[in-house]
Amino acid sequence: MEKKLMSGNEAIAYGAYLGRVRVAAAYPGTPSPEILENLVTYPGVYAEWAPNEKVAVDVAAGAAYAGRRALAAMKHVGLNVAADSLFYTSYTGMQAGLVIITCDDPAMHSSQNEQDNRHYARFAKVPMLEPSYSEEAKQFTKLAFDISEAFDTPVLVRSTTRISHSESIVQMEEPPSPTWEELPPYKRDPVKYVMVPANARRRHPIIEERLGKLAAYFEGLDINRIEMGDPALGIVTSGVSYQHAREVFPEASFLKLGTVWPLPVNKIREFASRVKRVVVIEELDPFLEEQLRLIGVECTGKKIFPILGEFNSGLVRDCARRGGLIAGEAAQEAAATAPSPPLAAELPPRPPMLCPGCAHRGMFYVLQHYKAVVLGDIGCYTLGAAPPLLALHTCGCMGASIGVAHGVDKAGCKDRKVAVIGDSTFFHAGIPPLIDVVYNKGATTVIVLDNRITAMTGHQDHPGSGRTLAKEPTVDIKIEDVARAVGFQKVDVVDPLDFKATRAIVKEHLESNEPSLIVARHPCVLYAREFKKPYQIDPEKCNDCGICRRIGCAPLIRADGKMAIDQLLCIGCGFCAQICGRKAITQVA
Amino acid sequence: MTSHKIDFLMAGVGGQGTILSSDILAEVGMMAGYDAKKSEVHGMAQRGGSVETHVRWGEKVYSPMVEQGRVDYLLGFEMLEAARWWHFLGPHSFALVNRYRINPPAVNLGQARYPEPEELEALLKTNQATVQWVPATEVAVELGNQALAGVILLGALSTRLAVAEEVWLDVIARRVPARFVELNKQAFARGRALVSS
Repeated sequence: MEKKLMSGNEAIAYGAYLGRVRVAAAYPGTPSPEILENLVTYPGVYAEWAPNEKVAVDVAAGAAYAGRRALAAMKHVGLNVAADSLFYTSYTGMQAGLVIITCDDPAMHSSQNEQDNRHYARFAKVPMLEPSYSEEAKQFTKLAFDISEAFDTPVLVRSTTRISHSESIVQMEEPPSPTWEELPPYKRDPVKYVMVPANARRRHPIIEERLGKLAAYFEGLDINRIEMGDPALGIVTSGVSYQHAREVFPEASFLKLGTVWPLPVNKIREFASRVKRVVVIEELDPFLEEQLRLIGVECTGKKIFPILGEFNSGLVRDCARRGGLIAGEAAQEAAATAPSPPLAAELPPRPPMLCPGCAHRGMFYVLQHYKAVVLGDIGCYTLGAAPPLLALHTCGCMGASIGVAHGVDKAGCKDRKVAVIGDSTFFHAGIPPLIDVVYNKGATTVIVLDNRITAMTGHQDHPGSGRTLAKEPTVDIKIEDVARAVGFQKVDVVDPLDFKATRAIVKEHLESNEPSLIVARHPCVLYAREFKKPYQIDPEKCNDCGICRRIGCAPLIRADGKMAIDQLLCIGCGFCAQICGRKAITQVA
Repeated sequence: MTSHKIDFLMAGVGGQGTILSSDILAEVGMMAGYDAKKSEVHGMAQRGGSVETHVRWGEKVYSPMVEQGRVDYLLGFEMLEAARWWHFLGPHSFALVNRYRINPPAVNLGQARYPEPEELEALLKTNQATVQWVPATEVAVELGNQALAGVILLGALSTRLAVAEEVWLDVIARRVPARFVELNKQAFARGRALVSS
């Protein structure tokens, strides 16, 4: 069979397909969306975007209860949302395999916090597998279904950004049989599946016993592998850390763990007895290190390698040198200690920013104009917090904006204030707090920035986009209808790239004393490919007042001491032309 | 480090097409018989921020990321973004840099200065690396689409690697939409010509 370059996420999807997954559900959180985007392309697999991760796990659990292998995928913080469901599935078990993929994001490339989801395996008393590259991502996902069924437990597979979004070579395999046996009638087993206290109490000892059996099974599993080299140094590691460590310690002995919970305690002890010194190399928390200490294996870990951020081989090498694990190479030492040229420190940063032509910019410009306190949420629009807009003042987690705004209101804050939330985020976790505002007689204004797609994570469909994951047309749930249905009476829709209309509606809502909601609707320009002729600035008319600079649109540049528009970057949204008092900005003919 | 290892780093601005180019580069490595790995980070909005992609070819590649001081080839899609990685270069390194400027926000706000190309070149040469400028975006615009700059850079890079031109062209044909294949092949040839003459 041929080989193919695959990202970790593609390989997870391929492994699930080879493992005969039938139903998959996910909410697209970075770095996880490509798992379902790939899975939906395989024959015989049903895959859907769920409005949030909890729903995704419930859907997968239902399919597994009914007797079909099922998968749910999410980013690390998505598992916080789905934690309730993870815990009950741990107790109930299932009729067919249930695999939950968690994609952690060390270094927070696109996340609000750094979180080590290995703790969830221990917390929920379920096994966790951790691949180190794409081929293992395929194998481990497939294996996870077998383990799930053999031990009647959901299985967590943990990836990280550098697994999910790195490509490496994967061996292609024979496709599974395209035919499916008919599903038997639903198996009713209330003692196992109805988690009322009396039943749950019966289940708990079974869960504890299950962990013991899993640990025994993992002792002999070849994905927990001792690779003997020089016995002077023994490295215990897993995930992508294994790869970085292999670069830095080509001669050392390794215990590469494919299962990070429960741990193969005897194998760890055996490894420790065969080497002189044990060093644990793991990103984020000292999870393995603490467990090694608990079983009496003396080791070094976080004393040498940081608890913060993401590893790479350069960082592992530097730490190892400082920690005395490797001798410094003279040339490397010299390079590491040589002073940086002064210019290096002066290079202007280039943080993520709203795209040229992004309609969110229109709303933030207006909110900045009214000096509103903006209780924000998770999405592209969080970038409204960046200079020069500086128009978003909190961002915590999916759906937090509306509840936080209601709390600010109930505290008696007199500032003008609004909650700002994206369309996909609204469907994810924005509806219960919307109900809270009405139910508890709040007066919060909610602005839903509806760009018709889950933009930040790469343009995934959602319940308001009118299409499913499989790109089939479906009901397009209108945010304004949801707001009216729960009791909002003041509801308006506006195009945020229409400056005057947006300014008028926002003013009216800010001044009202009732709960109100504005849907600021304009499709993501990148997704709709709304690329028009660029605009230009007439240098004769421009008096360099600086107003256009305040919207922070990349094509608006300074060239030769004057404002100008970069013709290659401008996509022709025309918002800057609307705010220019001198009418100096016009579209190129 | 074995001599069979080739480490590439691509740096640019979100939206310039670094990911497509690195997909092509990684697959060319695999087709040429190397173990190949690629690593990128995306997901924080779509346009305008710094982006970098790592590609590694070798007999056996472990880490998907390149290491400071050890990069063999730096492909700069934008001048400032290339210069940011000066410390990843060493005396053996070769930097191919698109002579193209995109102002970061602080420059547009008048709060920072965009360094002169000569200064950026000097920074890239701090550790005795070789630097070659390529007018990739200029040629891409001439061909009718600025997104071709990446393939032009790959064309320029290909002259320095012992991989047959057909392998590159095959991978490009597989990776770009059918209606753009000829244009991309043309861009690749222009890139080769830019450095071979």
